[in-house]
Amino acid sequence: MDFHKYPKEYDVIVIGAGHAGCEASLAPARMGFETLTLTVNLDHVAFMPCNPSLGGPGKAHIVREIDALGGEMARNMDETMIQIRMLNTSKGPAVHGLRGQSDKQAYHQRMKRILENQDNLDLKQQIAEKLVVEAGEIKGIISKTGIFFAAKKVILTTGTFLKGRIIIGEAKFNAGPNQQYPANKLSGSLKEEGISLRRFKTGTPPRVSKRSLDFSKMEPQPGEEGLSFSFQSEPLKGEQAMCYLTYTTEKTHQIINENKMRTPLFSGVIEGVGPRYCPSIEDKVVRFPDKGRHQLFIEPEGAHTDEYYISGLSTSLPHDVQIEMARSIPGLEEVEIMRPGYAIEYDCVDPEELKLDLELKKIKGLYTAGQINGSSGYEEAAGQGIVAGINAALSLQNREPMILKRSEAYIGVLIDDLVTKGTPEPYRIMTSRAEYRLLLRQDNADQRLTPIGREVGLVDDKRYQSYQSKIKGVEKALDYLRDENNKVNPTAEVREKLEELESGNLSKPVTLEALLRRPELSYEDLRYFAPDLPEITKDVAEQVEIQVKYKGYIDRQQAQVEQFRKMEEKKIPEELDYSQLENLRLEAREKLARVRPLSIGQASRISGVSPADISALMIYLEQYNRSKKDDENGDK
Amino acid sequence: MDILREDTIAAIATPFGTGGTGKIRISGPDAYEIGDQIFRSVQQGKKLKDSESYTAHYGFIYDPEAEKKIDEVVAIMMRKPRSFTGENVLEFDCHGGMTPLRAVLELVLANGARLAEPGEFSQRAFLNGRIDLAQAEAIIDIINSKTEKSLDIAVEQLSGKLSQRVDEIKEVAVEVLAHLEAAIDYPEDEIEGFSPENLDDKFNYIKEEIEKLLISSRQGKIYKEGLKTVIVGKPNVGKSSLLNYFLEEKRAIVTDIPGTTRDVIEEYVNLKGIPLKIIDTAGIRETADKVEKIGVERTRKSAEKADLVLFMLDISQGLTEEDLEIYKLIKEKPLIVIVNKTDLPAQVDKNKIEHEFKEHSLLWISLLEEEGLEELRQKILNEILDEELSGDDNVIITKSRHKNALLKAKKAIERVIVSRETSMPYDFLTIDLKDCLNALGEITGETVADDIIDRIFNDFCLGK
Repeated sequence: MDFHKYPKEYDVIVIGAGHAGCEASLAPARMGFETLTLTVNLDHVAFMPCNPSLGGPGKAHIVREIDALGGEMARNMDETMIQIRMLNTSKGPAVHGLRGQSDKQAYHQRMKRILENQDNLDLKQQIAEKLVVEAGEIKGIISKTGIFFAAKKVILTTGTFLKGRIIIGEAKFNAGPNQQYPANKLSGSLKEEGISLRRFKTGTPPRVSKRSLDFSKMEPQPGEEGLSFSFQSEPLKGEQAMCYLTYTTEKTHQIINENKMRTPLFSGVIEGVGPRYCPSIEDKVVRFPDKGRHQLFIEPEGAHTDEYYISGLSTSLPHDVQIEMARSIPGLEEVEIMRPGYAIEYDCVDPEELKLDLELKKIKGLYTAGQINGSSGYEEAAGQGIVAGINAALSLQNREPMILKRSEAYIGVLIDDLVTKGTPEPYRIMTSRAEYRLLLRQDNADQRLTPIGREVGLVDDKRYQSYQSKIKGVEKALDYLRDENNKVNPTAEVREKLEELESGNLSKPVTLEALLRRPELSYEDLRYFAPDLPEITKDVAEQVEIQVKYKGYIDRQQAQVEQFRKMEEKKIPEELDYSQLENLRLEAREKLARVRPLSIGQASRISGVSPADISALMIYLEQYNRSKKDDENGDK
Repeated sequence: MDILREDTIAAIATPFGTGGTGKIRISGPDAYEIGDQIFRSVQQGKKLKDSESYTAHYGFIYDPEAEKKIDEVVAIMMRKPRSFTGENVLEFDCHGGMTPLRAVLELVLANGARLAEPGEFSQRAFLNGRIDLAQAEAIIDIINSKTEKSLDIAVEQLSGKLSQRVDEIKEVAVEVLAHLEAAIDYPEDEIEGFSPENLDDKFNYIKEEIEKLLISSRQGKIYKEGLKTVIVGKPNVGKSSLLNYFLEEKRAIVTDIPGTTRDVIEEYVNLKGIPLKIIDTAGIRETADKVEKIGVERTRKSAEKADLVLFMLDISQGLTEEDLEIYKLIKEKPLIVIVNKTDLPAQVDKNKIEHEFKEHSLLWISLLEEEGLEELRQKILNEILDEELSGDDNVIITKSRHKNALLKAKKAIERVIVSRETSMPYDFLTIDLKDCLNALGEITGETVADDIIDRIFNDFCLGK
């Protein structure tokens, strides 16, 4: 094919401007590198083709981690969202999860503006068709219109566009999400380079018209005051939008059962593997026949539209069945579907092809992030996007890549899971995937990752100063609470106050820290007993309370991390030839050779590698290191 | 890079002694090449190295140098990885008797194999992932077992019974954990079959099951290491005679002079399958004699560490100050009071003795007449065996590593229960519940702790 070389050469090209692409573009541009972002459609930058919301347990943690690293997602949400609440408040601070309802158009428009105004960043509407690879290294890409864009690094954030195919019952057509133009050729180019691809499936529920809904038959789900995603934002102000809860009925299930053979899921038309944790409604009904009803959340798609999203009703049933099914739901009896639900199949890269910095093992300078790596969800995509963007830039600076540890960040858990274990289905983050959940709280994401973002060069002075003052505030308050001179004596006054606060009696003098350990007492309550108590902000007080009240648990989790760290620090030499390791089972040898783990810890997480294999590997390394030492000594 | 590529090892794999057949096992990369040097199939020219796995070949062992037929054998092939060790394994079923077996083994060794260390086959099986750590340890125990009963326990552990029991407990913990995690990760969903009440039931169940295994560890220690039984009593009450009775031979010097047994004598006695480690002590007595004084102190020390104390009295001497002094030293220990020499005239009222020691088992015997001795054996057994736990189906913990892991698991589940009692949110339950699971996993080898290297190098004497 004839092509024309674009005169400007870029440091980084990002293909795709979804949630991964936006973060992957902003990071290198903000670090000073000439960056080009290509998208199939400029009107879909940072578009949300599925749910109109961000967050929930695990996902909200990632949004806040992106924020702490200097990313944009949290701030963009805070500027444009129409409702926010905190989920899981009764289950412990580590699993609290913010959930925000977005205004899809506003979210897209603001993010597009941020990209447009970003120095060093060019945003263009182009379909990438071919990767240019020379001697195992990426050189750029060629677009559908015949332009060769040269670059030192390329990041693929193609979402569900690669050979995208939409299925609605018996109707099937090639399309990207929301019926956009699909990218039919790019995955072929990957395949030519020897990259192993897979086919995944995901789905979305119907969108319905507000006028046709009867909210009086549903439970309202209001937002809450005083919350925001970014550590830098003010809480959401003003009136918030309302969501609603309703349920499927026996009749809904009957309609599904009568028509399930018309769904591609059961008739076998869909080749792709779908996620278990976010199943379609037909999947839920068939797999859990005893469950009498399933929850459905009715959520607005934005402030300036009548479209509502039916969360929980993801489906690829035929359009006519979708109408019948929806009308069997209380409050939806007269419902008008504006866009039917659909399933979408797409090509993605086997994440075992990746290194922990998200560079492909086989092609130097080529990175992938988001759904192309087998994940699902906007937050998971953005988390990988910022990591790929940062690592492309760090590589251009000849610096070590940023690899977040499992004990450091949910993003670290996410990427390690994908790269080390691979994923048989679209991967969604969950708090239970993190071993050290209590340390990876959303409230301390800034404390965990701001220093890393600063080191990388994405955290500006203002953000860094506010981080430092938070840390200092926590230290100062803790010092004061632990000071023996500030002990509380069991005077009559003190006892009276404790009784008033419904707290137990005091028999001997105790430190303020000991008093704060009582579940019913807050930091501000201590002011009654210590008038000089340092004045601190609400978020600093939250840190102090968590660190004091849950100290025993935090200490134990830290001990677990210590164990983990020891295993991570047992490095596996890169030159190791696994085929020589005859003591390992063949399957384990093959797996290890493919993943090439950096440490025993990482090796132990590879599926198909048993604890016995790990023991054998450790014994081998022990002997290997001993013999190496002997050799070195022998040379002298 | 061939550091861990093993050499080929061989050993006689059947018990020492004469039997109908005997087995030579050869394991390692060169097993078939070595076999072909000395084995001639009755099918002319048939080579073992070209034969399929799981085939048996009839033929003869020849000494290639002497061109001499040694034995008629069946050669059995098990190719890697589907063999006991996970390596190429060749077994020769020979005629029984140690002489031909040794002759065949010597030929195998002369042709390139190395004599296997004790436990080395199982070590390789473990390293090749054919057995888990608990099973590997059981094999070591079988090799070292002192009595049949301890062999039984090791065999049960090998068959995976311990792992099975631990897995059953883990299963419950995993189920609860899954429910907790689901409730945490899906805050807007209703989690079925999940209520706070059955949560507490499950936690208590886990704790009780772990405790049961821990109780069995006392028995396990007894089966494996023997019941430390100390015989005490003032000089010349018949302690050495009692030991000799158990040993059924004269070992300790028996005289009428008090204080003859100067040193502590330790012997293993097999009491219905339980190894009894009997310690005969010098008589406890305040004495000026230097040698004997050391003996007295040793006795005190022995009694301190004993699982069971046999306290002997001499009815013909009556109940003396010395007896009561000794009794003071030992009365807190599990104790059987034995009144010896019932064949002689009693110098003390039987009722008085019974009253004095009413808190303990009391037994009247005559070692001279061999009276009351069967009853004594039974009493010792009763002292050891908690009836509830002595059934054959029970798993008995014999390894201190397992015991430590169970203790860790118990502490963790107790912390979970405390968290429940103090109404901590779900997330906090999961931290200690995971600790509990990891500790249990250490028993089966599923949890790879970083000190496993040390353990493996200690237990299996690797890295030669």
